[in-house]
Amino acid sequence: MTQKTEIGYNSKVEGEVIHTTVDAAVNWFRKNSMWPMPMGLACCGIELMAAGCSRFDISRFGSEVMRFSPRQSDVMIVAGTVTYKMATAVKRIYDQMVEPKWVIAMGACASSGGMYRSYAVLQGVDQILPVDVYIAGCPPRPEAVLEGLMKLQSKVAKEPWAKQHFKPTAQ
Amino acid sequence: MTTAAEFAQQLKDEFGELISKPMEFRGEITVNVADASCITEVCEFAKTELGFDYLIDISTLDHYGEDPRFSVVYELSSISHRQQLRLKTQVTEEHGELPTVTSVWRTADWHEREAYDMMGVKFTGHPNLTRILMWEGYPHFPLRKDFPLEGKPTEVPDVAFTQTAPMDGGPFVTVASSENTTHREPRRRNPEDGK
Repeated sequence: MTQKTEIGYNSKVEGEVIHTTVDAAVNWFRKNSMWPMPMGLACCGIELMAAGCSRFDISRFGSEVMRFSPRQSDVMIVAGTVTYKMATAVKRIYDQMVEPKWVIAMGACASSGGMYRSYAVLQGVDQILPVDVYIAGCPPRPEAVLEGLMKLQSKVAKEPWAKQHFKPTAQ
Repeated sequence: MTTAAEFAQQLKDEFGELISKPMEFRGEITVNVADASCITEVCEFAKTELGFDYLIDISTLDHYGEDPRFSVVYELSSISHRQQLRLKTQVTEEHGELPTVTSVWRTADWHEREAYDMMGVKFTGHPNLTRILMWEGYPHFPLRKDFPLEGKPTEVPDVAFTQTAPMDGGPFVTVASSENTTHREPRRRNPEDGK
């Protein structure tokens, strides 16, 4: 191994073994392959498509696999205006997603109802779903979507996965 | 070529007192139909005899506090004559219904469902007068003047719910202005002062 890497791992010296924590390993797996569920409901959906195309290229962050099935996706990107009529469907699709799952509220409408102070529009998708990241903008530029995704990745990287799943045994 | 004003006159010749004098505003002709229960016959005549083969839209107005409360507006168009004609008729709040024109133009089906959904005006004889935008069981008619802008809390279990939207000192309205866009853009203001 001639090239020096960031983590300074040298297989000649260290052999075939890597020491790390379960948390770090699991979170590393997760955060670099977050498959989005594109919940495109309005114009934000178009910007989300742009984020997935070659110019902005969301695959640089491991999220190029847009899954239209909630069973196969990790992060729901709610992109657009959530009407009350659609709210039940959004909730149902979120419920169908497999744990672990995250939610990005993309744009003003999904975050707070946006300019629709109206009888017909849900005033922020956080009223029905636990939102992890809010992206400002109307609609946000694709760079902002990538920034939101990176914010979510750094949030996932800090999750105490092992502590949640394994209880320390009493000695 | 027959103009819309001439068509309106033909309509008046056929139905007499039922049809008002044609009104012209900015080149558009409007006639009022005095009795809403005759709207189907008037529309049938307009389609078959005058050639208004296309119904552009049906819209409704709420003149809250006046009687009759609702106006129903039919936008007629003739593709062959390239003319447009507007029919208006009135519906009282107590009566609240008028006959359907789906037998004349099939496109009236969804227009009438929308008018029913938003304003609560009923169309008798409609093949399927159910809500089209809101869901079945929603109890209000949201475009009526006495319905608040922020909505009302409702719930139909397993279908949908609504809550009131925060107004935060709103409503946020624009003003007509020749100043720059910053001046015109929607802001928290009282529509009466226009400020």
